[in-house]
Amino acid sequence: MTHNATASSAKWRLKQPSIIPGFGLTLGFSLAYLSLIILIPVAGLLWRTAELGWSGFFAVLTDRRTLDALYISFGTAFLAALVNVVFGTILAWVLTRYNFRGRRLIDAMVDLPFALPTAVAGIALASLYAPNGWIGSLFMPFRIAFTPLGIVIALIFIGLPFVVRTVQPIMEEIDREVEEAAATLGANRFQAISKVILPGLTPAILTGFALAFARGVGEYGSVIFIAGNIPYVSEIAPLLIVIRLEEFNYAGATAIATIMLLISFMMLLVINLIQAWSRRRYGNV
Amino acid sequence: MEVTINNIRKEFERFPALNDVSLKIASGELIALLGPSGSGKTTLLRLIAGLDFPTAGKIFFGDEDASNHSVQERNVGFVFQHYALFRHMTVAENIGFGLKVRPSSSRPPKSEIRRRVSDLLDMVQLGGLEKRYPNQLSGGQRQRVALARAMAIEPRILLLDEPFGALDAKVRKELRRWLREFHDRTGHTTVFVTHDQEEALELADRVVVMSQGKIEQVGSADDVYDRPGSPFVFSFIGESSHLPVEVKERTVLFQGQPIGISESVDGGGELFFRPEDVSLVDAPDALFGKVTACRRLAGTRIAEIDIANDGYAPYHVEVEVSLHAPVALGSVVRFRPTRWKVFTNN
Amino acid sequence: MSDLARTPKVAFRNPADEGRTTKIVLLLLSLAFLVFFLFLPLLSVFVEALREGWETYFEALAEPDAWAAIRLTLLVAAIAVPLNLVFGLCASWAIAKFEFKGKAFLITLIDLPFSISPVISGLVYVLLFGSGSLLGPLLKSWGVEILFAVPGIVLATVFVTFPFVARELIPLMQDQGSGDEEAALSLGASGWQTFRYVTLPNIKWGLLYGVLLCNARAMGEFGAVSVVSGRIRGLTNTMPLHVEILYNEYNMVAAFAVASLLALLALVTLALKTLLELQFGAGNAGGRH
Repeated sequence: MTHNATASSAKWRLKQPSIIPGFGLTLGFSLAYLSLIILIPVAGLLWRTAELGWSGFFAVLTDRRTLDALYISFGTAFLAALVNVVFGTILAWVLTRYNFRGRRLIDAMVDLPFALPTAVAGIALASLYAPNGWIGSLFMPFRIAFTPLGIVIALIFIGLPFVVRTVQPIMEEIDREVEEAAATLGANRFQAISKVILPGLTPAILTGFALAFARGVGEYGSVIFIAGNIPYVSEIAPLLIVIRLEEFNYAGATAIATIMLLISFMMLLVINLIQAWSRRRYGNV
Repeated sequence: MEVTINNIRKEFERFPALNDVSLKIASGELIALLGPSGSGKTTLLRLIAGLDFPTAGKIFFGDEDASNHSVQERNVGFVFQHYALFRHMTVAENIGFGLKVRPSSSRPPKSEIRRRVSDLLDMVQLGGLEKRYPNQLSGGQRQRVALARAMAIEPRILLLDEPFGALDAKVRKELRRWLREFHDRTGHTTVFVTHDQEEALELADRVVVMSQGKIEQVGSADDVYDRPGSPFVFSFIGESSHLPVEVKERTVLFQGQPIGISESVDGGGELFFRPEDVSLVDAPDALFGKVTACRRLAGTRIAEIDIANDGYAPYHVEVEVSLHAPVALGSVVRFRPTRWKVFTNN
Repeated sequence: MSDLARTPKVAFRNPADEGRTTKIVLLLLSLAFLVFFLFLPLLSVFVEALREGWETYFEALAEPDAWAAIRLTLLVAAIAVPLNLVFGLCASWAIAKFEFKGKAFLITLIDLPFSISPVISGLVYVLLFGSGSLLGPLLKSWGVEILFAVPGIVLATVFVTFPFVARELIPLMQDQGSGDEEAALSLGASGWQTFRYVTLPNIKWGLLYGVLLCNARAMGEFGAVSVVSGRIRGLTNTMPLHVEILYNEYNMVAAFAVASLLALLALVTLALKTLLELQFGAGNAGGRH
């Protein structure tokens, strides 16, 4: 690869030569499409933020309600991602290693949060965990829905497949020989799992965590029904954007959106760094 | 450590992978389990290690019945075919793993582990690579890390599954010699599995030839090559040809005709001989056939001969001939085995 | 002692396996987790929808506003999905078949909607076409309505769902390499023929799954659409938005009735996905989304 890089630095080339046709057409269309759909609108958002100026931006940011909304969004997303890391990893293990009746069904169902519209998930979870719901009533007088805990519940639902589907393929690749090797070296099963298998899964688990977390921070549809949406208590940042918009407070909406966007970019960066690091070190994806 | 295997039987879902296998491995011996794939050689190795459990039979380490011991209790060094190195651990961490997971009562202190790891690295000639990760090593280096890791736990017996299977031809030869030296230096009882007869014959003190879940023959390289105990061993090891024959009054008859050799036991059977144990003769009582192809093999030539007598099924044999022998394509040659074996049908 | 070679009585455990108790505990833990977070929510959608019987259920669906929402949702998906299908094919062809500068950036860009809040996806269009923007008043003077109208809903839906087809195809086409295409070209096929007869058959199941998922998400998108739609009943109300309105009006049976249609769509999508995997081993159907 380094050889290629030096060769092409002599004469700059957009692409390596290839006999396959259609490069200009497909790349051109993709770029035009991406520009129209993403780049221009997102650039517009950043432009609007720049118009606000530092003081305007800062004023929105330091508003108690904004800070609390961001805190709630990130806090609940973090907790939900943690729960998903634990149960998602166990679930992935059960699905890859154990043979039991209904395994295929469960494996397919893990994708449900990807496919089920968020609003549907939202009203279902809200009615289920409400004080008079099937599950909510079991825990009374302790309330789940319409508290920050309700947000965590919704985000667990949303984030679960991210962890399972990131960890599962790596688990499937684990060579049984590696576990047997640990056993021949005297490690008991607990040691084999904690010292050999889990460290090998760490990059995948971290990636799954980051994906679930990033998704949870921005989640709107499934949360607003169960959250109760009480300002300073259970109002999430995306909802605050919507509220600011409905008040025609575009500056407020824009500033919050920009902050969330920046943090999303950072999350993307972190995910890519984790994967690059793990590839370099362990030679796997 | 002496290992005794008594009447081991192993079934996988009713399919017998090993059938009543018994074997005694002497202390300090380097022994090869040789056979085609599906012969049960790897199964036997895994049973010795405790990675699988026999359906019936017992395994003794010395006088101790190890049959019910778990793999952790057996304390064997196992080198896996694809090495099974822990890829998130450095070379040093890999080698030290077996010591680190010991219960605190028997775990050596950290400094001692470090010293042992460094000794082992020197022993496998990988000093200086302790901080590398497995994917930064070549195939041969990984192999030696796997060996050092297995040796770190001071195993009672060393087991290697196709130790050179994943290496290219040149590295394979080098490591083969190196493993022999390593064994002679450390003196561990060592069992390795291979499907490569050259490897088994060159490296092992004794070769266990296996086929279809059974041991066909156990012996030195000379034993199994020069005195094959069964038709399978004769045809599996080295080159050979075979013909159906009948022995009447101690004379060997092929398709009813005497071919100039004799056997002690009468009856129908199969005559085996190697290409190099054949001489061309000019006599009526000999095998004869038409030369269909000739190919050069190092310092000699191999002639492929079709034996096709009227009214009989044709047979194909190979004989070694000198470079100057008159064996033109299409000519008829007459020959007799000088060394042979007849396996009678019963 | 004569019975030396009989089966030992101690139960053997595969060294690369947990004990039975551990297995059962982990299995039950997983099941309990799934029951609380997946199965019961799904079940409750249908139970709530049918709480007052089939008749009420169908009445709720036959209501004119519900019908309008269903029609609008179908319309939006019918526009957005083919657009994203074409984009997905183009982007994956460019990315999988060629080595070019900025490829990693392009892939990151395609992943972007996964990590952007859907609310922000809607917001960017409000800012672009809203009354305070440059474009909005201009388009309005020409009589073109984007916001609070179908074009805005389509745009927001396209934004949120465009990665699905591309994401499904890129790894699939990268795995398959360019060997088949090179062979076809060397045999004299044109670029289009190569795509039509060689590439497309190789990727069709992955493509189908990408389209299914894209469709499910397009019909179910809530956050982005809710920001740009204005939620005008019977006019710019999609099914998910209609669910919200009904729910907020405490018309639970109607809300869950419409929701049950969307849940059915999700179930059908998952069933088809599983079927594709079983029948054709459709590559990595169901990677990251």
